[in-house]
Amino acid sequence: MIAADPGLMTFITVFVLAAFVGYEVVSKVPSILHTPLMSGSNAIHGIILVGTMLVLGQAHGPAQLTLGFLAVVLATLNVVGGFVVTDRMLHMFKAKPDRKPAADADARGKTDPGTGSSTGTGTGTPS
Amino acid sequence: MSRATATDLVYLVAIVGFILALKGLSSPKRARLGNLVGAGGMLVAVAWTFSLPVVYSHTRNLVLIILAIAIGTVIGIPAARLVKMTAMPQMVAIFNGVGGGAAALVSVTEFISVPGKSLAIYKICEILFGVLVGSVSLAGSTIAFAKLQELMTGRPITYPAQQPINAAIGLAIVALLVVTVVTASTTVLVIVLVLSLVLGAIFVLPIGGADTPVLISLLNAFTGLAVAASGFTLNSTLLIVAGTLVGASGTLLTRMMSQAMGRSLPNILFSAFGSVVTASGEGPDAEGRSVRAGTADDIGVLLAYARKVAIIPGYGLAVAQAQHTARELADALAARGVEVYYAIHPVAGRMPGHMNVLLAEANVPYDQLEEMDDANQDMATTDVALVVGANDTVNPAAKNTPGSPIFGMPIINADLATNIVFLKRSMRPGFAGIDNELLYDPKTTMLFGDAKDSLSKLVAAVKTA
Repeated sequence: MIAADPGLMTFITVFVLAAFVGYEVVSKVPSILHTPLMSGSNAIHGIILVGTMLVLGQAHGPAQLTLGFLAVVLATLNVVGGFVVTDRMLHMFKAKPDRKPAADADARGKTDPGTGSSTGTGTGTPS
Repeated sequence: MSRATATDLVYLVAIVGFILALKGLSSPKRARLGNLVGAGGMLVAVAWTFSLPVVYSHTRNLVLIILAIAIGTVIGIPAARLVKMTAMPQMVAIFNGVGGGAAALVSVTEFISVPGKSLAIYKICEILFGVLVGSVSLAGSTIAFAKLQELMTGRPITYPAQQPINAAIGLAIVALLVVTVVTASTTVLVIVLVLSLVLGAIFVLPIGGADTPVLISLLNAFTGLAVAASGFTLNSTLLIVAGTLVGASGTLLTRMMSQAMGRSLPNILFSAFGSVVTASGEGPDAEGRSVRAGTADDIGVLLAYARKVAIIPGYGLAVAQAQHTARELADALAARGVEVYYAIHPVAGRMPGHMNVLLAEANVPYDQLEEMDDANQDMATTDVALVVGANDTVNPAAKNTPGSPIFGMPIINADLATNIVFLKRSMRPGFAGIDNELLYDPKTTMLFGDAKDSLSKLVAAVKTA
């Protein structure tokens, strides 16, 4: 059956490589960032929204339409909630006295207050 | 360039955005930018998906998609914006849970959209994995949310024959998975879905409130894997990569968080199974033990004439939003030449790093913040340990009482300081739901009340002392 679907092997390869990337990319995280990182990665698996759109786009009959609709609502909640909550958490880090990164962290805080949440909003704007 | 190639390229851009987001979130300097890059990747991927014929070809379905996204946005943004900072962990839990639910629904819908037994066996396996893991994540996150929101008790919930019952449900699911693969029956799949929800709930019930952040991180990784499974089902590299990134990084993060608590993950997940019944009846009864309550003036004098004071903040400080007042007190003491430092337990509050976030907001100088290990070295030479709204993170039972639910968790050794002052609202136990010996210690003085009020009174008392 694997021979019938050569794409499967490619997907498995991608899966394994992605697992290594995911592991490596967060290998060193200070404990103060554990919660924002958890929240940020929570937002990223909101990509299931794309999957739910594909499913609802092709859904037929009341059962599929209902399940698909519910799935899109839930996935949207995951995406917008995830990014907005993370941004609010990280907002707390913007003013850090007596520390080198303070300068640019501060500058960022001043130039884009609120853009984080509006980006979150933006996820829904295609509608 | 064909549309398919363009789609792959756009999705690749989104994937790169997600990897950069995780990378950025690992450093304090780039964390906020990282999150924005991730949101940008998400926006690009979702916007492009609207240009795909499979999404827009049926007008009715397209309208439903837009409506569903609008509903999710209208609910999600206010919920995320208005929630108090102290309630953030449960918001992460619930947003994680709905993601798992969405992944499970995608798998179920794919299953019923293909007639009869025409699905390849490996396709059914992918679908089952998505349903199982997504449902466990949804139910588990919901229970975690209820615990943190105090809709139900934060204590471990146990019932007779817990392990045999849980094992039986687990085995039943395994058997039904096999049945589904063989028969491709929708009815059996629905039973698997329901039992997976039950499994997720009973998996989380015995886990104590204090361990919930680690649990949420684990469930976050679960949702990532469920999304990756949906990616296999839908033949979407984007979903596979993004889901797997979260699954892998979430697993590592879960390990790092449990290490910060000085405990192994199996210990956190399964220790309440069986052990808690004996542990909760542990310790001498509160009867016959007296608690010394002091006045703000007494304590103010004690602080003002100390040489070295440790402020040990906990959840109570966060609830009372007392971080600015804590800083005022530290400044007042410093003005009198008292050496002040903050002893930060890594999991004080309800999420790791909670205290750092709050104190950073109050512009507390970084050199005054001491991580647990450094603080513990200084504690023996500290005159006053001022515990502000913390409890479990200074409970000596973690060192002295084998069988206590928190035994083995590293704590701030406030008991080593010459004097201990607790600012607490009441004698109620902390989030772990266990009694704290230290409250009855002869060295301990209690000041009851809201942390912010108590701190304000202390500031005034120190200034006049």
